[in-house]
Amino acid sequence: MKYIEPHAHMVSRTTDDYERMALAGCEAVCEPAFWAGFDRSSVNGFNDYFSQLTEHEPKRAAKFGLKHFCWLCINSKEAEDVKLAEEVIALIPKFLGRENVLGIGEIGLNKNSRNELRVLEMQVELAAKFNQLILVHTPHLEDKLKGTRLILDVLKNDKRIQPGRVIIDHVEEHTVEMVLDCGMWAGMTLYPQTKCTPARAIDILETYGRENIWMNSACDWGVSDPLAVPKTALEMRKRGHGGSAIEKIIFQNPKKFLKQSKNFKLGS
Amino acid sequence: MTRQQILDLYFLDARHQLIEIAAFLDRVERAEGKDDFRIKSFRAALAKLDGKKKNRAKNVLLTLSDLTTAPIAKATAKGATGAYPK
Ligand SMILES: [Zn+2]
Repeated sequence: MKYIEPHAHMVSRTTDDYERMALAGCEAVCEPAFWAGFDRSSVNGFNDYFSQLTEHEPKRAAKFGLKHFCWLCINSKEAEDVKLAEEVIALIPKFLGRENVLGIGEIGLNKNSRNELRVLEMQVELAAKFNQLILVHTPHLEDKLKGTRLILDVLKNDKRIQPGRVIIDHVEEHTVEMVLDCGMWAGMTLYPQTKCTPARAIDILETYGRENIWMNSACDWGVSDPLAVPKTALEMRKRGHGGSAIEKIIFQNPKKFLKQSKNFKLGS
Repeated sequence: MTRQQILDLYFLDARHQLIEIAAFLDRVERAEGKDDFRIKSFRAALAKLDGKKKNRAKNVLLTLSDLTTAPIAKATAKGATGAYPK
């Protein structure tokens, strides 16, 4: 079945993963900028990373017939250092013209600190100034509820930001409703222990509806599964969802959101 | 799906997870030392499963969440523990 992987950190995956995703029906993979598992020592590390996301990774994906897109930002885990964040944010505009860039992301919060919030506001400003789509990472575990509320406040207070051009990722049962209620899109991340399982993601679809919502694997260097989206599609079938309902969630919905960026084009 | 179909699909898995939780609580209690905030929150969350209450998953997540609203002064660590000291 054809699907779009709207959130995957392919720089930390093997080429075999690209092949398996292509075999499973993946047509496009979208890669938000994130934390490398360690703090970069200077802005130069980000310059190299953004080059990797916009030059090297699309070529790796293309070997398997996959389109590769990316999002650019400084992630919240490195946002405590505001001076570094300012330098990285100043670097981003020169990459925004590259043809696989979809917008600013994954920005957001991690521990809900004042500096993280300040850097989030700076990056919302950047997105507004350059009319970019926004992809938001919400915090983990006990920090998610508070962080999601703080993030929504920042976005709602900026009247330049159109809610339909923002996706709030990693929603769970306690945050999905507040995201959809303010007109933003919601992303469900399929992680075995710390986010949604396939069964719970389908529960959320059945409870809150199939509009403005997508699923992603968010596969990275940690315990994660690059095939989580097609596996959840299989579980949807077991749960009695028909082919068009499944295609809507794993293909049409991400396509509808992402094509708000002029750079999002699928192959023929 | 009917209730019967949902049970056919998920009962064995849920049974397995229920026994894992029971064994986890036994294991914690066999071990020497005091409870910490995580296991206290865990016990509070277990109470949300009782009876005919709806939205159990949401209520468990809320019980394990930081319910404060002000940003913290500084992030001194990057990770999360899964519960919040109340
Ligand atoms: Zn991510």
